[in-house]
Amino acid sequence: MSDDDLEALALLHDPVRRSLYEAVAASGGDLGRGEAAEITGVSRTLAGHHLDKLVDAGLLESAFRQQEKKGPGSGRPAKVYRRAAGERSVSLPPRDYVALASVLAEVVDSLGAEEAAEKAARAAGERLGRGRSEPVEAVLRERGYEPYADGGTLRMRNCPFHVLSHEQPLLVCSMNLALCQGVLEGLGDDPGRARLDPRPGECCVALSKTKQD
Amino acid sequence: MHLAELNIAHMRAPIDSPELAEFVAALEPINTLADGYPGFVWRMKESEEDPTATLTHEYGDHLLLNFSVWESLDSLWNYVYRSAHLDVLRRRREWFLRMAEPYMVMWWIPEGHIPSLAEGMERLERLKAEGPSPEAFTYKDSYDSSAAAHLPAAAEARK
Repeated sequence: MSDDDLEALALLHDPVRRSLYEAVAASGGDLGRGEAAEITGVSRTLAGHHLDKLVDAGLLESAFRQQEKKGPGSGRPAKVYRRAAGERSVSLPPRDYVALASVLAEVVDSLGAEEAAEKAARAAGERLGRGRSEPVEAVLRERGYEPYADGGTLRMRNCPFHVLSHEQPLLVCSMNLALCQGVLEGLGDDPGRARLDPRPGECCVALSKTKQD
Repeated sequence: MHLAELNIAHMRAPIDSPELAEFVAALEPINTLADGYPGFVWRMKESEEDPTATLTHEYGDHLLLNFSVWESLDSLWNYVYRSAHLDVLRRRREWFLRMAEPYMVMWWIPEGHIPSLAEGMERLERLKAEGPSPEAFTYKDSYDSSAAAHLPAAAEARK
């Protein structure tokens, strides 16, 4: 944990900033100041002020987007915001599970023990889902996956294992699929709903709609 | 600079055997995906007509070779790990034996240069013998193109 992380996260104590951050994150891409203001119910000026503070702290990134509409003032590009790629974490007392998980992933890879890892991930997922009565979306949301509906598919905007999934993509994405299948199984849902359907910048797993839908 | 990538896989059974049938069936969709993927530049093809034809080579009938050129490390990475290719990769043990030694190698080439398969196999041997370097590296220890721009190998290729 660095002082920077702590200061950046402390900015989110302000409820306006927090709701603006959440609006940008939930948009999954670029969100303009006007759109963010509308979603959160504050003025454009206030939204812009707080969004820029979040950019200064490294929680958001800003860019300029050419406006599509024609007419007076259309030549000026609009400022847009997106969630910053870097991650922040604060743990008190300090903990570092990523470093150890990274070493363990390397061991699994060097042993060729992917099957055992997937089996363990499936069992872990099953335990997460067991005894819960919520739909799978709620359980995955709680785990940080940020699920959203995309036509007939439930996609996940966020990969909770981001750093590891870049170091050992094949192992980690396979384990993630097994984990999601396990969650479905634990919930008494159909594990076959989860499949690998990766896209850049999102979670590699997608869920098909339930048969009832 | 462009990125050249070679990977080899040790097949569990001959390419025309029933054991490999599902892999062969996946070749056309996955190669079509590669050919249209952002950042794809070139791949060595055995045949323009038969999309399921795998490369013939002199390195042993048990080895399946893939050889391609990409615009960047990210474009290749996204194709390999963030497209439908990942699901095929996930099933690799059904069709291929696990290899203890490095089975993929990357290196930077001048744009427009098409490397030879022999050069690729030499780079892979170099990676096995000497570990990763700007001349032969993997994703785990990758080098950006600026590290390779002044290497003798790149100058050689430019002649």
